[in-house]
Amino acid sequence: MIRETPEEAPYELIIEAGRSSKEYWRDLWRYRELFYFLSWRDILVRYKQTVIGIGWALIRPLLTMIVFTIVFGSIAKLPSEGIPYPIWVFSGLLPWQLFSTSLSECSNSLINNSNLLSKVYFPRLIVPASAVVVCFIDFLIAIAIFLGLMIFYNFIPSWKIIFLPPLTALTCFASLGAGLWLAALNVKYRDFRYVVPFIVQLGLYISPIGFSSNVVPEQWRLLYSINPIVGVIDGFRWAITGSEANIYLPGFALSLLFSSIVTYTGLLYFRAVEKTLADFI
Amino acid sequence: MSQPIITVENLGKSYLIRHQQRDRYLSLRDELVKAVRTSWYGLRYPDKRQRQTTHEEFWALKNISFDIKAGERIGVVGRNGAGKSTLLKILSRITEPSLGRIGIRGRVASLLEVGTGFHPELTGRENIFLNGAILGMERSEILRKFSEIVEFSEVEKFLDTPVKHYSSGMYVRLAFAVAAHLEPEILIVDEVLAVGDASFQKKCIGKMRDVASGEGRTILFVSHNMTAISALCPRSIYLKNGQILLDSRTADVVTYYQTENCSQISSQVDLTNAKRTGSGKVQFTSVTIKPVDVQKDGELTLYSGEDIEITVSLLSKIDIAGVNIALIIYDYSGYRLIDVNNALKGFFIEFKESKRKDIVFKLISPLLKSGSYLLGLWAGKGGTETIDQVEYACSFTINKRHNETVHVEEFPGTYCCEFLVKESS
Repeated sequence: MIRETPEEAPYELIIEAGRSSKEYWRDLWRYRELFYFLSWRDILVRYKQTVIGIGWALIRPLLTMIVFTIVFGSIAKLPSEGIPYPIWVFSGLLPWQLFSTSLSECSNSLINNSNLLSKVYFPRLIVPASAVVVCFIDFLIAIAIFLGLMIFYNFIPSWKIIFLPPLTALTCFASLGAGLWLAALNVKYRDFRYVVPFIVQLGLYISPIGFSSNVVPEQWRLLYSINPIVGVIDGFRWAITGSEANIYLPGFALSLLFSSIVTYTGLLYFRAVEKTLADFI
Repeated sequence: MSQPIITVENLGKSYLIRHQQRDRYLSLRDELVKAVRTSWYGLRYPDKRQRQTTHEEFWALKNISFDIKAGERIGVVGRNGAGKSTLLKILSRITEPSLGRIGIRGRVASLLEVGTGFHPELTGRENIFLNGAILGMERSEILRKFSEIVEFSEVEKFLDTPVKHYSSGMYVRLAFAVAAHLEPEILIVDEVLAVGDASFQKKCIGKMRDVASGEGRTILFVSHNMTAISALCPRSIYLKNGQILLDSRTADVVTYYQTENCSQISSQVDLTNAKRTGSGKVQFTSVTIKPVDVQKDGELTLYSGEDIEITVSLLSKIDIAGVNIALIIYDYSGYRLIDVNNALKGFFIEFKESKRKDIVFKLISPLLKSGSYLLGLWAGKGGTETIDQVEYACSFTINKRHNETVHVEEFPGTYCCEFLVKESS
């Protein structure tokens, strides 16, 4: 036992096996500047030594949108409820891009920063969280494209657009939750490095981006909503286009519930393995 | 302040070594296969289940206990794999211990590597901020010390150049400059002085000493560089195989560390099984160190400033002429203080096959301070060919006469001199 006689000042910090520090959340706050600097570093470095630089953040969603418009709109002729197809696609693409890039950046974040993890202490949660921030910046750029697109098509969004910020927060939240799981697992099992791109690729097809979730038969719709991103994409589309048909409340609630569970357990798991990450990385 | 700033009690850290696992990454498939195999094996042979264990527990640290008072500078020495880095990693909360407890009063900053988190694409200026934040500095703090950091690093001109274009020296200087301006109560440093040129290293040690003595900071310093440890830390801990072997004054610890593999002089040291290099045509068989004037009672104590006689015995396997024998005396931090050989006097030695020869070296009043020294032996021919070399043959201690022990405090250095006071009008 550590002697703590009354006249001695108590220890500010006690390190012990399995002891989860009460200081953790305070530490997280104390290291908020590191969080800021890590995000800032990733943003600065992201497009360094590329010719078109930040242009990549514009080109990627734009090209995806064009491809989707051609494939789903012009060739497959899927319905878009009277809304210009590019806008229709883009309103689904926005949350999807945010979700998928955050997820993959998050899950690789610990490994990419392994030199930090093995040499310095800080609350590890900062690393995946700052990865999400970087993707959020790309998202803002994509929003700018979207505004241009709306002007081009002379499209006025409904008042429901005010729900966009909470929906965006929800997307970040869901991707962080899943990202925490994957990031922590990735350190121990490098398999997840291959799993994540696969999830992202598959997700692009099973999520209602190029098509409306209305094409899913009614009896399967609830099951379909287990995919946490379905609720978010429907929500985005509902907020932007204002069409009532898109939102399916039981499904949205299920998506919400599911992503809450994933995030909560992700956080628990991350906290549990965090202290020994340096031994595995 | 008498209460310890760090208390370590019974600290232990174990790692599981996987014998089957060849690569460092675990894969999920392996885990699954193993789980299935283990349970299948367990079902079939319930009583033999333990045979399946492929893990071995390895204790990187065990039963480590010590106290550090505020303002102390502690060196940690030990060979590779002794657990030094593990200890620092636990103290700086990078990984958690398996056993035991550590109590800390104050902010800890660890410097386990120079330039942790430096990004090659960012400029020097940007990296100062990034690295500062990683080491736990606040932005206001970095801003306040910015010019000081830049001045210390001597890279003003290249502040807006990406660090990937820096020379490695500049890189390290910048990195150390940031770290040196940290203001934690406790600073943990690992081997970072092994970088940079000699003058910069000196500057770093100076800075660290200023930091510790001037501002009352506690420093834990790991290094293989005994000179740096001796210069910086009054107290040291010697780790071996994960345990504390010695926790004492640095001079004692360093001597112990250096001489652990060679025997303390008694009268004669047998060298037939010593660690050696060279062709081996002629070999050192033993060495004897004694004062020239052996006391009446046969006491073999060596005193500062008195003549020393060192006798080396050699046995030759062949007929050989023109052999040069050298004696090298090192101080405990490994500095070569004395290097004498018979060729200096234009004198060479001839050996006959299977014949033994003794060579006697007389060191006339070597003014070595009291302390421990190491003796190395070398036999060669023509200055380039090494016939036999025993790098650390033995150690010996120089004592001081009782009438010289007026001043008790030891200062670093190895030489002492005679004094004469001249009165002038």
